Amino acid sequence: MASLNVLILVCLGYVVFLFGVAFASDRLAATGRIRWLRSPLIYTLSLSIYCTAWTFYGAVGYAARSGLEFVTIYLGPTLVMIGWWWGLRKLVRVGRSQRVTSIADLISSRFGKSNVLAICVTVLAVIAVTPYIALQLQSITLSFSIFAEGDPDGFYREGSSAFWVAAGLAVFAILFGTRNLDANERHHGVVTAIAIEAVVKLVALLAVGAFVVWGIGGGIEPMLQRIDQSEIGAWTIDKSRWATITFLAAAAFVCLPRMFQVMVVENDDERHLRTAAWAFPLYLLLMSLFVVPIAVVGLDLMPEGANPDLFVLTIPLAQGEGGLAMLAFLGGFSSATSMVIVAAMALSTMVSNHIVMPIWLYSQGGGASVSGDVRNIVLFSRRVSIAVIMGLGYFYFRFTGGGALASIGLIAFAGIAQILPALVGGLFWRGATRTGALVGLSIGFLLWLYTLLLPGIGSGLLSESVMTNGLFGWHWLRPDALFGITGLDPTVHSVMWSLSLNTVAFCFVSLLSFPSPLERLQGAQFVNVFDHSAGPRGWTGSVAQSEDLMIMSQRILGAREAQEFFHTEALQQGGRGVLPDPTPAFLERLERELGGSVGAAAAHAMIGQIVGGSSVSVQDLLAVADESAQLMEYSSQLEAKSSELSRTARKLQEANEKLTQISLQKDAFLSQVSHELRTPMTSIRAFSEILRDTDGLLPEDKTHYATIIHDEALRLTRLLDDLLDLSVLESGQVSLNLRDGRLDAVLDRALDSALAGSTRKLLVKRQKSTERIALRSDLDRLGQVFINLIANAQKYCDARHPILTISVHDVGGQVVVDFIDNGSGIPAEAQSMVFEKFARVSSEKAGGAGLGLAICREIMQRLGGNVTYLAGQGGAGFRVSLATNQEMAAE
Amino acid sequence: MNRRVLLIEDEPNITEAIRFLLSREGWQVQTHADGADAVDVITAAAPDLLILDVMLPGKSGMDILKELRALDGMQDLPVLMLTARGQARDRDMAEKAGVSRFMTKPFSNAEVLTAVRDLHAQASRP
Repeated sequence: MASLNVLILVCLGYVVFLFGVAFASDRLAATGRIRWLRSPLIYTLSLSIYCTAWTFYGAVGYAARSGLEFVTIYLGPTLVMIGWWWGLRKLVRVGRSQRVTSIADLISSRFGKSNVLAICVTVLAVIAVTPYIALQLQSITLSFSIFAEGDPDGFYREGSSAFWVAAGLAVFAILFGTRNLDANERHHGVVTAIAIEAVVKLVALLAVGAFVVWGIGGGIEPMLQRIDQSEIGAWTIDKSRWATITFLAAAAFVCLPRMFQVMVVENDDERHLRTAAWAFPLYLLLMSLFVVPIAVVGLDLMPEGANPDLFVLTIPLAQGEGGLAMLAFLGGFSSATSMVIVAAMALSTMVSNHIVMPIWLYSQGGGASVSGDVRNIVLFSRRVSIAVIMGLGYFYFRFTGGGALASIGLIAFAGIAQILPALVGGLFWRGATRTGALVGLSIGFLLWLYTLLLPGIGSGLLSESVMTNGLFGWHWLRPDALFGITGLDPTVHSVMWSLSLNTVAFCFVSLLSFPSPLERLQGAQFVNVFDHSAGPRGWTGSVAQSEDLMIMSQRILGAREAQEFFHTEALQQGGRGVLPDPTPAFLERLERELGGSVGAAAAHAMIGQIVGGSSVSVQDLLAVADESAQLMEYSSQLEAKSSELSRTARKLQEANEKLTQISLQKDAFLSQVSHELRTPMTSIRAFSEILRDTDGLLPEDKTHYATIIHDEALRLTRLLDDLLDLSVLESGQVSLNLRDGRLDAVLDRALDSALAGSTRKLLVKRQKSTERIALRSDLDRLGQVFINLIANAQKYCDARHPILTISVHDVGGQVVVDFIDNGSGIPAEAQSMVFEKFARVSSEKAGGAGLGLAICREIMQRLGGNVTYLAGQGGAGFRVSLATNQEMAAE
Repeated sequence: MNRRVLLIEDEPNITEAIRFLLSREGWQVQTHADGADAVDVITAAAPDLLILDVMLPGKSGMDILKELRALDGMQDLPVLMLTARGQARDRDMAEKAGVSRFMTKPFSNAEVLTAVRDLHAQASRP
């Protein structure tokens, strides 16, 4: 019998050997000579991590306990590989075209890159897989203990061995799973090591089987008879359990994180699936070939109470076949280690990508700058995640002590299968939404937890009263008999409820909820993946036309720049010509170069069209559209700016013209003022000089000249008064003195003032009854307007008997006062001019400077009314309109 | 010899002052207050000297002068122009129109008399 110490040495040696294989594969992959590493055989063998220690050891135990039911575990994957390989192909295509890193990533990506969903899947996976990892630890520990029984001198200790196994596996997973951060998440070294382990476990099981059949059983015929006689052959098949477990195995085969890792993430070539579709079922067939014989012989040979889970190991040991036992041990060891390593890697990727990194990025204040540091942080977080997952597995093992291997395996399968509706729905149904997936997954997860995981693994986790009376004492909530349905096998019961409610909720909520645009886009990409991608993204330039690329680049970069760029690239490639070969590296640099000019998405799409290696995806087109939209918006902004500029320019020009005009008007006005001032001053100066210089003037002449000087001085004063008044009115600085009064009173005062001291007789006609109107206005200013109009009539009315008629009317609710004389009036061509400054109509000088009517107009505007010329009245007519409500609009 | 001056000016007080001054100098003063028919009045009167205001009702002094200078026998008539708008631009316009002397209001009586004497002396020189 092999001593325990030898066993440990063999184990260590085996591990070192695996290290060597993995390391060498990585080196080969790094140097590019990986053709044989990419063979379909390696891919098929790597899929064998489906066969864990549970299958290696547990299948025999399963057969010993439940007969042929163990076949279901192999039947599920076989059905998937043969009957659903097209579905797997779609899964692989989607996984690679979307560059997903895990099943959580895939689900999240499909449903609008929702991290909440990714976290859900991750948590579910960790909870479901941790017991499974514990199971592997247990199997290794148990197998150690078998050897320890036969070797009491060895340094085997129950507790510590599990710890060291866990630690060793963690180190292995960390070393090869997180050596570097590859964009494709492929680990050639690990996959190769797993393939070798797959061979080892197959060889070991076949060897033990052959030994049992031919070494113990005496050949095939006697063996078959023996099986017929045994209880295993007689046991009946429970149809519901068979169907359920077959389905669970199939679902787990697709959904288990570690299976997803080797099947989708590590897949190098879609065509490998074609080989695997027949080769993997064959592998499973070989693995299951000797399960029944081993179980039958074990039950016969081994003592009562021996653990059937370990028959593979204990039969050779009991028969004294130390070497075979050692091989069997290595087979079981391989099954356990390969599963643990890949599961830890897959889970750590999920935990790190969807839980640790988002938290870390958030803690960095949202500054998701992808610098060199991030790589190290990602690797570090993955290593820690692996350690934590292994730790969880170890503690689970220590605290539960482990139950029957197969039951833990089935519980894990049932948990992982909850992902199936979201996964399949996401792949084949565009209507599936994030909310639907989230609700379905949550319901399935909770039901699984309540009906299977909690009652199944920790007998203390659910209290006895809940088990017998249901949650909250409600009978229909009993974990093993939901809604009062009893009599079902617990696994069947749980799977039926959790998966069916999961699926129903998923479909129902999906139909009710509306997907976001990103979800729609991703949904289309997933469901129609074969329409969108001819192959993986990224450039393979085998069919690329360097000349076409050159022509396109010249258009975008300019001829000289493009030629320089291509020439430099060609030189770097070895300088065989002017044009570089379209290597992926070159294409990537070119894309960046072009991206600087036309935007990243457009550059990608352009190169894609020429290279043809990958067709333009919907995403590319959308990105191009986005950029175009931005450009259009930018250009429309420019357009708006330019029209705004020309508008401003036009306004400036208008303002300038106005200023020029105002300046001209001002010049004309100053010129006029100058004239009006100089004229009386001329008379004053002339007559004052005459008075001064002329001797012997008659007294009456002196008086006459002095009178002229006096009158002209008054005229000057009036002019200055008017000018000041007008400038105050025009500048709007006038302060109005609003008072209540009556129109007739204002007219009375104005007439008194205008006609006082007048030599010329003017007859004024009024209708006093119409003038009794109360008003609120600046009565002095209003009076000033009236005085002006009366004085004008007095001065300019050329009738022999001048008559001024003042009448008050109501015109459209507005009080108007008309001043009409019986003179010849103002000529039509001058009527529009009368209110302008210095506009004099009559050639006769009447002492006015021509500002009176201009002032009237200004005053009436300030008072909220106006004054207009009334044409066609016979004589000169002016109409003063008072403010509508007889109130001045307050200034 | 009977010297005749024609004064075209619309301000009665200024007309009166100039009439007073020139009468004392021995001039026979004829006055007219409107611009519209001024050219006819001037041609008809055929004065030895013309004193012309610029801002006249009907027609401006500048236009009257231009029309006058275009007439036969009127090129040499001494014209003293008086204006209340004493800007350089007005002086330029007047000289272009063929003015003999340009004066800005208000003027001193002595200035007017000197100007009238000078113009008459120049005109009577052979």
